[in-house]
Amino acid sequence: MKPIAKFYTALLMIFLFAPIAILLVFSFNEAKSLSVFSGFSLHWYQELLRDSETIDAVKNTLILAVSASLISTVMGTAAAVGIYRLRNRYLRSTLETVTNIPMINPDIITGISLMLMFVFVGRLFGAHTSLNFGTMLISHVTFCLPYVILQVLPKLQQMDQALPEAAMDLGCTPLKAFIKVEIPEIAPGILTGLIMAFTLSLDDFVISYFTSGTTFQTLPIRIYNMTKKTVTPKMYALATLIFFVILALLIITNLMGANNAQNVQDSKRPKARKGSLPAA
Amino acid sequence: MKKIVELKNVTKAFDGEVVLDHIDLDIYDNEFLTLLGPSGCGKTTTLRIIGGFETADEGDVIFMGERINDMPPHKRNVNTVFQRYALFPHLNVFENVAFSLREKKVPKAEINERVTEMLHLVALSGFEKRSVASLSGGQQQRVAIARALVNHPKLLLLDEPLAALDLKLRKDMQKELKNIQKATGITFIFVTHDQEEALSMSDTVVVMSEGRIQQIGTPIDIYNEPTNAFVADFIGESNILDGVMLADYKVRFAGHIFNCVDAGFEPKEPVDVVVRPEDVDIVPEEKGMLKGVVTAVTFLGVHYEIIVDIGGFKWMIQTTDFVDVNEHIGLSIDPDAIHIMKKSKYSGMFGDYSSFSDEMDEIGEIDGEELAEAESETAE
Amino acid sequence: MKKTNSVKGQRSLIQRIALAPYSVWALLFIVVPLIFIAYYAFTDLDYHFTTENITRFFTTTSLVADGEGTREVRTYVLIFLRSLKLAVISTAICLLMAYPFAFLLTKAKPRTQSILITLIMIPMWMNFLIRTYAWMTILQDTGILNGLLGMLHLGKVHIIGTESAVVIGMVYDYLPYMILPLYSIMAKMDERLIEAAYDLGCNGAGVFRRVIWPLSLPGVLSGIEMVLIPSISTFYISQKLGNGKFYLIGDAIEGQYVANNLHFAAAIAFVLMIVLLIGMAFLQRAANKRVAA
Repeated sequence: MKPIAKFYTALLMIFLFAPIAILLVFSFNEAKSLSVFSGFSLHWYQELLRDSETIDAVKNTLILAVSASLISTVMGTAAAVGIYRLRNRYLRSTLETVTNIPMINPDIITGISLMLMFVFVGRLFGAHTSLNFGTMLISHVTFCLPYVILQVLPKLQQMDQALPEAAMDLGCTPLKAFIKVEIPEIAPGILTGLIMAFTLSLDDFVISYFTSGTTFQTLPIRIYNMTKKTVTPKMYALATLIFFVILALLIITNLMGANNAQNVQDSKRPKARKGSLPAA
Repeated sequence: MKKIVELKNVTKAFDGEVVLDHIDLDIYDNEFLTLLGPSGCGKTTTLRIIGGFETADEGDVIFMGERINDMPPHKRNVNTVFQRYALFPHLNVFENVAFSLREKKVPKAEINERVTEMLHLVALSGFEKRSVASLSGGQQQRVAIARALVNHPKLLLLDEPLAALDLKLRKDMQKELKNIQKATGITFIFVTHDQEEALSMSDTVVVMSEGRIQQIGTPIDIYNEPTNAFVADFIGESNILDGVMLADYKVRFAGHIFNCVDAGFEPKEPVDVVVRPEDVDIVPEEKGMLKGVVTAVTFLGVHYEIIVDIGGFKWMIQTTDFVDVNEHIGLSIDPDAIHIMKKSKYSGMFGDYSSFSDEMDEIGEIDGEELAEAESETAE
Repeated sequence: MKKTNSVKGQRSLIQRIALAPYSVWALLFIVVPLIFIAYYAFTDLDYHFTTENITRFFTTTSLVADGEGTREVRTYVLIFLRSLKLAVISTAICLLMAYPFAFLLTKAKPRTQSILITLIMIPMWMNFLIRTYAWMTILQDTGILNGLLGMLHLGKVHIIGTESAVVIGMVYDYLPYMILPLYSIMAKMDERLIEAAYDLGCNGAGVFRRVIWPLSLPGVLSGIEMVLIPSISTFYISQKLGNGKFYLIGDAIEGQYVANNLHFAAAIAFVLMIVLLIGMAFLQRAANKRVAA
């Protein structure tokens, strides 16, 4: 790279990482101050580990992310297979448009819309509060689904159409041809979809905020509640831990092979990729 | 000879567009049969109906005496070599070939033996553990053939299997395929749009156009006795002229009366006359049955290809004699070089070389092929 | 497809079984909830039809103080316009920062490219609440920025609670979402096209204007969408970095939700949705026209 390019890249990196570096440093601060570093201490980490509310939130987040990503991966993969085979153009474009909606719509709209429906249906059945783990799971599956479909569908479209035919020609029933030939072909897409769904679910705040109710708190909601009051460096400790977990994951996937690393990278390709659902 | 496949009155349309129009075809045991025609003529659809990937709208598909219209592909004793091979990328060479044997739960030892034998047959011994992606086009082709043959099918379907290979490899594979067919005694149905390939490999050639069979015959019959202008033009080079049959063995075309070897037409019946470029002799102008001016000369190594303007109609002539552009020459044609055909819907569409460009035809063909494929995909 | 015995029949059966759960799910949890936004937006507490919520959005007024005194403004229209303004400014800054970076990135060695892309994505993996909060501690009057400036004897700046702080937060949070689509489209760009343009007599500026820019437009467009949409609808950045003084449309929706005014929250969301829909269609059309031209 030319010097000017290096300089610009460095500036951008400082901009992106300075805030994170500050979190890291001040999580080890002895005092409560967030601007003056008075001495090294692990005090805030001990505090964090004693905070049972946060620990519970971590557990909840993982439970929710695992269930939502598994459900959305299975359903989304099936849906991609179905959409791929759909010959009715009208039906197909309708489904593709609907699939795009949660990606184009701002999260706040998706969150509000689901919340309104849950509240309405809850009232019909006379429930006092209708928001709980179930409504949150439904919401997470809903916003993960398009991303899974978006990962699997192109893999199907890239696949040589003759492959399943070849399998049938060699004695497989259509179902067996699907399992023995198509699934291995689209497996990378399914894996990326799964990782993507998992991280989206882990990270989601806005939609969770509107659909979570009071009984089930995930980590992002816990963080929100923490930042509503004056923040102690306890939260910085939390952020630091998250950062290192992410770093470790990235390094591990890099060691596992460039291919997988690409999958993980793809999995964090941004939300709202409008129009990226390829029309066949 | 035993019939192995019979197509009776088979018709197929995609989205209302007829791609096969009442096809009747018998295929015999041990035969190397080629379906030949331009893109969109229905040859691949015919193959897919026999393979079980498409269902005929009308008519019967009979395999060894049994009607199999609704039998799915995995139950048919027929295997296919696909156009771009369709090798399973997640399996190595051995597992690709073993695929159908594993599906049938053949004992391990036997699988080993049969796969080894097949790889030997296609000269790929030692490639067992290689990934299919690491193979060259020709090697992938061989794996595809081994995979399709390992099951000892009664019938092997080959869908333009050589289209992706370069010319040299193509020629080699043509010979090899023919040898494999002879060695195994399996009936081959081969689809191609390359007439040379069809002529050099086949026992029987089926020329198709617009969803209909134009002619069925041996390569020699097809070349020497085309039934209509389409076949005459598609197979080899042809000068096709309007003629009138004056009487048996007498035909008039290009303003001259020729002796010929055909008979049995109505008196004064308008006909199409085919004269192959290599059957025309160049003679001094005054001795010629026909007289014309040379408008173009192309040197092709073995011979010259010259275009001669005779009364406004451009003839193509292949000759080893050198003539120059603008030279006035005479042409002489022997009676047995003249082939008379009944008029057909293709009359007048082919056979004049006034805007001749072979290369353009071929480029157009490839594009058309891909277009037709794309269309048939969406049509399904 | 008369008989399921045929391949087509079996395959279409598989397809129907595969597609059914998602179709039902998408209908119930994507389409129907959107209808509920409209339903709530146009009903009152007893679920009777009313346009009052929408009218309220456009007519509610409040008094604001400025230099000369107080004046009356349309509260929600003002909030909406402010959201739009800040989101457009943030998106423009993101585009200006990201475009040259993405372009320079494609010129780097492949190894450098993949490291830098990974680095850019690390902040995206961090929760955006934490990222935003980090900026709050930096920009506070007693924060790190002022600490640094103080050490250098440069005086203090007051940023927190200004529109600038909100814009900084938005740019920081959403910059990677602009870089990535730009980079991925530029990485795919055929180098030979650029060479061809030079060959055909374009100078550097001409190559950019006539080849690089039009080819990168789809990336620009998706980058704009990916930054504009979350920044116009955010409700956290403004609360933390704007000290709650710069209410945005997202804050308005959230506020009404917290106050349990679901019908009015729905009305605001409805207006936002419609405006975005029209805006995006407009943007898409403009881009299509440019590409066509």
